[in-house]
Amino acid sequence: MTTSQPVLNLCDLYVEYLTARGPVQAVNGVSFSIAPGEVFGLAGESGCGKSTIAHTILRVLRPPAIITGGQIVVKGRDVLQMDDETLEAFRWRDVSMVFQSAMNSLNPVMNVGNQLADVFIRHKRMSKREALERASELLIGVDIDQRRLSSFPHQLSGGMRQRVVIAMAMALEPALMIMDEPTTALDVVVQKDIMQQIRELKRKMSFAILFITHDLSLMTEFSDRIGIMYAGEIVEQAQAREIFNNPLHPYTQGLLGSFPALAGPKKRLTGIAGSPPDLVAPPAGCRFHPRCWVCQPIEQVVKPQLREVLPGHWLAAHPGMPLPPGAA
Amino acid sequence: MDFRLLLRNPIGRIGIIVVLFFVVASLGAPVIAPGDPSEFVGDPNQPPSSEHIFGTDPQGKDVFRQTVWGGRISLAIGFGTAILAITVAILIGMTAGFFGGLVDNLLTLLMNLFLVIPGLPLLILLAAYLAPSTSTVIGTLALTGWAFHARIFRSMVLSLREKDFVAASIVSGEGNFTILFQQILPNMINIIVGSFIGSLIYGIGAATALSFLGLTEMTDVTWGTNLFWAQNGGALFSGAWWAFVPSGICVALTAFGLSLINYGMDEITNPRLRAERELAKVVKNAALRRVRATPFVPRAH
Repeated sequence: MTTSQPVLNLCDLYVEYLTARGPVQAVNGVSFSIAPGEVFGLAGESGCGKSTIAHTILRVLRPPAIITGGQIVVKGRDVLQMDDETLEAFRWRDVSMVFQSAMNSLNPVMNVGNQLADVFIRHKRMSKREALERASELLIGVDIDQRRLSSFPHQLSGGMRQRVVIAMAMALEPALMIMDEPTTALDVVVQKDIMQQIRELKRKMSFAILFITHDLSLMTEFSDRIGIMYAGEIVEQAQAREIFNNPLHPYTQGLLGSFPALAGPKKRLTGIAGSPPDLVAPPAGCRFHPRCWVCQPIEQVVKPQLREVLPGHWLAAHPGMPLPPGAA
Repeated sequence: MDFRLLLRNPIGRIGIIVVLFFVVASLGAPVIAPGDPSEFVGDPNQPPSSEHIFGTDPQGKDVFRQTVWGGRISLAIGFGTAILAITVAILIGMTAGFFGGLVDNLLTLLMNLFLVIPGLPLLILLAAYLAPSTSTVIGTLALTGWAFHARIFRSMVLSLREKDFVAASIVSGEGNFTILFQQILPNMINIIVGSFIGSLIYGIGAATALSFLGLTEMTDVTWGTNLFWAQNGGALFSGAWWAFVPSGICVALTAFGLSLINYGMDEITNPRLRAERELAKVVKNAALRRVRATPFVPRAH
């Protein structure tokens, strides 16, 4: 996109959850980078490690989660080398996050204004009056009347609460905002409003977004580039349109085949047979091979690396997998 | 609650071994320490020897026999107290929490009454006025010990009865008692077992204290009466430590073992505790400093 330094550069990240049965390899050698102002989407079924990656970038996961390898570079600084104080300043100021359900990320016994003001008081050492003033500006920015400052979360609708959370995430004008299924709990009309709002804000403030959802149509609509995850690994990565129109990995094809299309002829939904693997003892080679229908013998033994098969289109598969003409 | 889970947990396993040791020793008393523990076997205050391995007490009784036999009544009082107190606590606490309203008000008043009455004076008073016997002790201890647990069960039910599965049972037409005992009770098993162990410890400890004060049947042989007779005969002054140390250690170790079982259960019902222990090991092996963030433990892949 741009030649400037990426906002986020994730390099060969490994995250494990310790359990009595042995470590769960939740994220297994994931790499991707996000350019300034770009929207990068992570898609995949539940339990594939999307949210784990999101939380790991801010290092907010509590043990039993541990990072066992890799680098997370945000604006040239490695998050994994930061100490407590640096991390505290880094969180929210450089990277902020909109959590899965807005209902649970707002404190029910504090009014909205105080919660928004807290961000400024804590990070910018503003006075209470100044902070509240900034808070009301933020609310106006997400189309909520500033009289709502004194409302408590339960007095707001689901959509409004989600807007408040987004406003809070924008407060310090971070370079990267992580959105972990920001609209999952909302109905489609409100969802559309919110997504348009985010797009609008992004145009004004030009932050990059790491967008996580399992709603593939929303994701193609909204993202510039998409990475498809399966069992803790990225199996395919390309421009959003390209993923949608020309999915190469059998898992991506299966995923897209599980959603009905709005336009075009009626097609029977295909879905993917089987279920995701046990990540304590994942299958050898390509982790998707037990469910794969174009599986070659080599996939069962050797783990395929991501390689560029078309310009800008990366695929984790061994050469020899049937690909459309033009792909290498 | 799976018993095997508790055995697999290292802390719980030690606890079970310790407690089982005392239970088996008490049950097997006629085999382990044959003879009447109240029999006068020789000179008083004899130090441990091959003849009397724990020595003799100030009355000339065999301390080993007394210690082994004493566990029988002490443990029986403990279990009796726990069963009685927890049963009463379940019935009253759960009824109060589930039905609410006037029932709750009256039962809560009753609980509060028993909570504000200072336990030990009441114990002494009751024990002094009632005919001293094992069942009297159990009854008194249960009477002073149930309210605290009833309070906990009441609040558990208060929160559990708002859950969807309770609403579903009501809608499907189940009766109050089916809901209370088949739907809600199983969700409280871990806290009930925890409370049970807590009042077991309380029962054994308080019974020992009562006996030591001379408020129970003094012809019974319990760990508490052993301590009473040792104190009565001035064992400490004559330096006969062997007269009171064994019974004291038995009480302490039993309570210790029971606490370990409780900790073990805690780790099973709250897996995060166990995971943190595993993590501490990993972090220690990697010689890392803990930070308030996801730990970074580099490893070759």
